[in-house]
Amino acid sequence: MERVPVLKIGDILLVSIQIDMEDQVALQLQEDLAERIVATGVGGVIIDISALDIVDSFVGRTLATIASVSRVLDAETVVVGMRPAVAITLVELGLSLPGIRTALNVELGIALLSANRRPEMPDIVGDEDDQAAVPTP
Amino acid sequence: MNEESQRLPVVSDQDVVRVRQLVRTAAVAAKLSLVDQTKLVTAASELARNTLVYGGGGHVEVTPTRSERGKAGIRIVFSDEGPGIADLDLAFTDGYTSGGGLGLGLSGARRLVDEFDIVTAVGEGTTITVVKWCR
Repeated sequence: MERVPVLKIGDILLVSIQIDMEDQVALQLQEDLAERIVATGVGGVIIDISALDIVDSFVGRTLATIASVSRVLDAETVVVGMRPAVAITLVELGLSLPGIRTALNVELGIALLSANRRPEMPDIVGDEDDQAAVPTP
Repeated sequence: MNEESQRLPVVSDQDVVRVRQLVRTAAVAAKLSLVDQTKLVTAASELARNTLVYGGGGHVEVTPTRSERGKAGIRIVFSDEGPGIADLDLAFTDGYTSGGGLGLGLSGARRLVDEFDIVTAVGEGTTITVVKWCR
């Protein structure tokens, strides 16, 4: 079975899906990412789907699960690079991916994550506000 | 252009990927727009997965077709000899699932194609036919 590589770059795990995934490959990615988030302690995950020519309900659900799991593990997920035809089809299919943050490309995804990142040296008094802060573009 | 129909078995995850690739190739050959190709391949992916997961495996047949007015299109038939669907109205309800999915496969796939026909009988299986026409 093929496997989607997970790369660590600074405080981010970067995943670029370059293959037409079998369902099992998508589930394996979900597990691999959860393990790597815990092992590396990163604050963000970027999933690049610019090479995918379709996202069906299974892959959509997998992306949503990855986002939820990573949030529980204290990491934010951003899905980047969705093609316009894929976006139109997903919405018509009935899957608008609520709870998933998106950006148009990897660069904007990194910018989104770093704007939202908790401070390097947490100030115990001000920390609670930072956790709840909503990023302003 | 090859007007022959092509038939694939659907008995594994890998076969679902093959169905997507076959439908994509046929949709490109029929000159469907990029958005329509994407819709048809996505619908085929949902329905082929249903054939595998709920129908216990089956076949998919992809055929280039023409309408009475000469429009090109793609017809895809998904057939299984599984348990069939007892309550069609329920099966087409967004969000309803009998198998732990999202409940969007059947209803979502119907929205993505131009024609959708389903024949099902409990204990005998399910056959779904979809058509997407060129604009």
